[in-house]
Amino acid sequence: MFNGKLHGLTAACAAAAFAVGGAAGGAAWADPDDHELVIDGESIVTEVAAQPGNPLGTLYSGWRYRTPETQALQMDDFENPVMLQVDLARDVWSVAEGEAGKSCALCHDDVEVSMIGVKAGYPKMNAGAGKAFALEHQVNACRTERMGADAWKWESQDMIGMTALIGLQSRGMPVDIDDDALAPVIAQGKDIYNTRFGQLDLSCANCHEDNNGVMIRADHLSQGHGNGFPTYRLKWQGTGTLHRRFKGCMDNIRAEPYKRGSEEFTALEAYIAWRGQGLSVETPSVRN
Amino acid sequence: MAAPKPRVKVPNSAKVGEVIEVKTLISHPMESGQRKDKSGAIIPRKIINKFVATYGGEEVFSVDVGPAVSANPYIQFSMKVPAAGDLHFAWTDDDGSVYEMTKSIAIA
Repeated sequence: MFNGKLHGLTAACAAAAFAVGGAAGGAAWADPDDHELVIDGESIVTEVAAQPGNPLGTLYSGWRYRTPETQALQMDDFENPVMLQVDLARDVWSVAEGEAGKSCALCHDDVEVSMIGVKAGYPKMNAGAGKAFALEHQVNACRTERMGADAWKWESQDMIGMTALIGLQSRGMPVDIDDDALAPVIAQGKDIYNTRFGQLDLSCANCHEDNNGVMIRADHLSQGHGNGFPTYRLKWQGTGTLHRRFKGCMDNIRAEPYKRGSEEFTALEAYIAWRGQGLSVETPSVRN
Repeated sequence: MAAPKPRVKVPNSAKVGEVIEVKTLISHPMESGQRKDKSGAIIPRKIINKFVATYGGEEVFSVDVGPAVSANPYIQFSMKVPAAGDLHFAWTDDDGSVYEMTKSIAIA
């Protein structure tokens, strides 16, 4: 599928596209551009050396693979389409819900203080549940166990808004998970990442490791990091979760996808968090 | 549903006579009144029907908004800054609610 001849043809087309777009001068057409991500004055790290043992050499944020127009949407909190949902979630934070009559604010006080750095450390091993938790799992654990409220659906606007609000408090901070505690989960995730699935018989690595920087149809393949989720995707014309993206990729290769919130997707999330450590959290980001 | 929330982008300061760009957004479902629910009944119209911006008490920009405008209406306009003052925005809902926001502009 990614043979030499096809590579050359798409290179010519992409070169023309990038010349018009005004992307990196001098660098190979396939590489991510050299633009700098500054959001309302705050500098965000989008390029960092990978740790030893990482299949990637240099980590590049997905932002570096997007067109300047898409990049611009993320650089301005007014233009960023997710911020409307983040504003709504701020209200929800302070509203009591469930049988215990508690709001998030009752225990966690000011979200802009208590949630600093939280998203950067996810996924996390949850001792009580004996499994790895994504942020969504933790939100629902608080809701069902402490608030006596109903769990939110993984992809609901409530959940997306709340995880975007919490994630925003880690924006600019490096992704930094507990490698040791999560070791078996990361190993499981790495296994899945390198397994070929579906009718097209592709693994995550085939695209995001072997071919990042290459054009797949009209899409500039990134390294597939999770540092910006939940993200607004132009394709979705809406904001979505990392597990939704995983499902989309599996649908694309005509495989039977795992479920959002499943052990498999959580393991995958843990592996790509491990693989992306050092890059800044960009939640809520804007992608294609 | 959740209460509509306005957002605006206005420069903090400008020179006298400078033309500035003002961007506004309000989260609102803008139910057009054309949609039907599962049982086939019309979902009643509920939209922002008017937007007014005033500067130093004087109206500088207004929009009569119709049901064709979709959710979370984005309204952008330019204006000349005569002097320092307060830019006041008001969005009126069909149900009579008025959502407001004010931003001050200093002279650079």
